[in-house]
Amino acid sequence: MNINATLIAQTIMFILFVWFCMKFVWPPIMQALSDRKKQIADGLAAGERGKQELELASKSAADEMLTAKQKAAEIITQAEKRSSQVVEEAKGLAKEEGDRIVSMAKAEVEQEVVRAREMLRQNVADLAVAGAAKILDREVDAKAHAELLKNIKAEL
Amino acid sequence: MASETHTSTEYIKHHLQNLTFGELPDGSLGLAQTPEQAKAMGFWAINVDTIAVSFILGAIFLYLFAKVAKSATLSVPAGGQNFVEMIIEFIDDSVRGSFTGRNPLVAPLALTIFIWIFLMNLMDLVPIDYLPGLATVLGLPFLKVVPTTDPNATFGMSIAVFVLVIYYSIKVKGAAGFAGELALQPFSSANPVIKGIFIPINLFLEGVNLIAKPISLSLRLFGNMYAGEMIFILLAIMGGSFAAANMGGSSVLFGTQILLSLAWAIFHILIITLQAFIFMTLTIVYLDMAHQEHH
Repeated sequence: MNINATLIAQTIMFILFVWFCMKFVWPPIMQALSDRKKQIADGLAAGERGKQELELASKSAADEMLTAKQKAAEIITQAEKRSSQVVEEAKGLAKEEGDRIVSMAKAEVEQEVVRAREMLRQNVADLAVAGAAKILDREVDAKAHAELLKNIKAEL
Repeated sequence: MASETHTSTEYIKHHLQNLTFGELPDGSLGLAQTPEQAKAMGFWAINVDTIAVSFILGAIFLYLFAKVAKSATLSVPAGGQNFVEMIIEFIDDSVRGSFTGRNPLVAPLALTIFIWIFLMNLMDLVPIDYLPGLATVLGLPFLKVVPTTDPNATFGMSIAVFVLVIYYSIKVKGAAGFAGELALQPFSSANPVIKGIFIPINLFLEGVNLIAKPISLSLRLFGNMYAGEMIFILLAIMGGSFAAANMGGSSVLFGTQILLSLAWAIFHILIITLQAFIFMTLTIVYLDMAHQEHH
């Protein structure tokens, strides 16, 4: 445990170690630490920002949804209105058409009736003439009685 | 352990002697073979073991830290980087807590002091005879493995710190300011005559105060480590002598050495860390005082 030149060597060695540490060890590690600190802070800030953006986005999404719902309801009521309108229109048309068909049928029936009556009249006249001829048992001049027969036909 | 060829005194002396390189009595350069020869070498001799061990430890420390510093990434740090960053932050906190000025030297200085002293102290926990035994096998006469039990190592550091304290005192306060601080405190008076009388008293007090800093710094570390090493040696002698004597209760006493060494080693873990921390903190505080205009 004598004090000797080791003292000088140790002092120099110590100074060299400190110099090396100051030059190559401390600054890069501190740099890395502060950089990481900054990165973490940035990351947290970004996260916070993202959260806020998400909140805003979800809010606007809800708004959009609401307006869309309203629009949809509007469209549905409009469509309902339109459909009832169409149904009304169709009903009207159908009624008209039906009426037309019915009246046409009625006219035809009346025509048929008229024609049948005409035919019946002719037949009855013929029958009456034939009956009269048989009753009189003689030839009735068709020509002479044509006026009479015509009157009878008209009476029928 | 003490073999038959060693008495206890020789064993202790052997363990407390540095491997010294210098001028032998016959005029040639070589390793001192006895403590007397080492003493006769005077100042111009070198404790090879202290220098070698402390250099290796310092190199290991700087290699590991520089490696981490080089590959320091911003992403999630892995094992080694975590450990190094933990230490760096601990040192940084200590420096921020005690040092109020701005000086880029202080934090690396504190880091170097703390880790280097810690590693040198840590050599105390290597079983006491392993490395000296290895040295004997290699033909070296002595080997003292704990550099901090050599006052040269502790004084070497404290003198460097002392030089820094003086340098920054003069740089920050100016030569006149520093001299004034030494001469005009703690006693001062408005009367110039009394003030003049006080100057030598103040110089003496502040001079002692100043000189005490490096001496207390290095002797505290040296004393603690030396005493710790001494206790390990005594425990080894106790176990070894009984084992060698081959008495009836030898195995019991041999076991006692193991238990006591273990207990002391566990306690010593605290001491070596604490001493490294104290050296570091006091260095920071002294440098802080050097940076302050008035205190």
